[in-house]
Amino acid sequence: MEDQQINHSAIQVEKEEYKKQQRRDKLKQFLTISSPILVLILWEFLSRTGLIDHRFFPPPTLILSTLYQMGLSGELFNHIEVSLIRIICGFLLGVIPAICIGLLMGMYAPIRHFLSPLVMAFMPIPTLAMLPIILIIFGIGEFSKMVTIAISVFFPVVINTAAGVTNIDRIYVDVAKNYGANAKKFFFKIALPGSLPVMLEGIQMGQAIALLTIVAAEMIGANSGIGYVIWMNYKAFLLPQMYVGLVLISFFGYLFSLIIRGLQSKLIPWK
Amino acid sequence: MPNTKIEITDLTKVFFKRSERVEALKDISLEIEDGEFVCILGPSGCGKTTLLRILADLETPSTGSFQIHPSSPDRPLQSMVFQERGVIPWMTVEENVAFGLKMRNVPRKISKERTQYYLEKVGLEKFAKLYPKELSGGMKQRVSIARAFANDPEILLMDEPFAALDEQNKFILQEELLNIWQETKKTVLFITHSIDEAMLLSDRILLMSAQPGQIVKEKNIKLPRPRTMEDVRSNEELAHEFVDIWQHLQTEVQGSRAK
Repeated sequence: MEDQQINHSAIQVEKEEYKKQQRRDKLKQFLTISSPILVLILWEFLSRTGLIDHRFFPPPTLILSTLYQMGLSGELFNHIEVSLIRIICGFLLGVIPAICIGLLMGMYAPIRHFLSPLVMAFMPIPTLAMLPIILIIFGIGEFSKMVTIAISVFFPVVINTAAGVTNIDRIYVDVAKNYGANAKKFFFKIALPGSLPVMLEGIQMGQAIALLTIVAAEMIGANSGIGYVIWMNYKAFLLPQMYVGLVLISFFGYLFSLIIRGLQSKLIPWK
Repeated sequence: MPNTKIEITDLTKVFFKRSERVEALKDISLEIEDGEFVCILGPSGCGKTTLLRILADLETPSTGSFQIHPSSPDRPLQSMVFQERGVIPWMTVEENVAFGLKMRNVPRKISKERTQYYLEKVGLEKFAKLYPKELSGGMKQRVSIARAFANDPEILLMDEPFAALDEQNKFILQEELLNIWQETKKTVLFITHSIDEAMLLSDRILLMSAQPGQIVKEKNIKLPRPRTMEDVRSNEELAHEFVDIWQHLQTEVQGSRAK
């Protein structure tokens, strides 16, 4: 009888504790959502009351309605489509060779020692600084934009992939060797899956860089795309339209990182 | 006369570190019979792991040679039971156990059967589809043991497989290992620094000295099988042997410290 009493109160205590924990979690969620909303409200208020110049900082509601109007005319979707095609093609154009070369560099020390000075020499150069040369070589068409993105994505991915392979715990290499893995099996069973976590970090980084690069590249030498929308509207002093471009970049950046995070949990369920 | 399974002749291994020269193994010669369970016991840094790694083809001897006599051409010569962190994290328990078979292109059906058999043997059939991160240390070590036995090698090499486990798990796994071993009667070379473990498991204990690593003493353990830890502890003769081995290790450790 008394035993049950004690048990009961113990449950009570834990129940209270659990409820507190849930309340704390709710608070955290609320804080996460509240900061962007707070900034938007403040912005709206300051802009509407004229405390900040509404020509430079148009209220968010105006930006949203501008987005809606631009969407209605259909032209906006053209720009989005152009930018997305450039990003996706350029991204693949950079990531695929980067993974191949990175794996080779990780697996074979001679290749690593031979190629790493080249990688180190080119890596610090901002891809945009190479844009003139890229334009000379590849012309002013779509392909040169894809190449620009590809180059900027290439370096973080190649470095992370190589590091991913070389950092595989020595004991797994011993296991593979002891159990008679040949080169092909070693590649598919040890090197590739073992380097995947670090490789995906590199791809995540590359994704962010790709977005930065395309917008800047479209500002400099293009007549379409989201970067172009921003630049042209700025020049024409159509600032709400310019902000629409910024909102779109923010949205796609978030979307891409969500996609890659989803890919991460799909590809490395063992982490 | 029983067949010799492993033959090691004048094996020497020297390591160079800058200008330093370490004689890890010196003139090791020994024979191990088919079906024998041999423990190599020695202080840490005595080169026992090096000897095992040479037999496992992960290291080459400086001079001398060794031979593992095959009984059938489609059997691998040796498989190693690695420490628990040798379980590959990106493969499920099942895939880990089947690893050796897959590497040797054993037909799917046989591979599946054998994997299943050893999973049951080590009590992990319920965990077949899980990744190692979800297993405890003892369960991971069971995966490592099952992987080696499933590969069905001529000899098994074990490098302090239970060193990282807690005492309770260690006893359980030692007995499980003995059960599986008694069924397959494989030749085993087992490295340890635990005297109890060596006396429980082995037919013969080889005592090693440190730097240069040499085999300095040999002890046959005649305790009838199946054995339990209680048998080992209550046996008068083994208690005597324990003290003897203990003293040997003591002087070895102190000797290498004095150097």
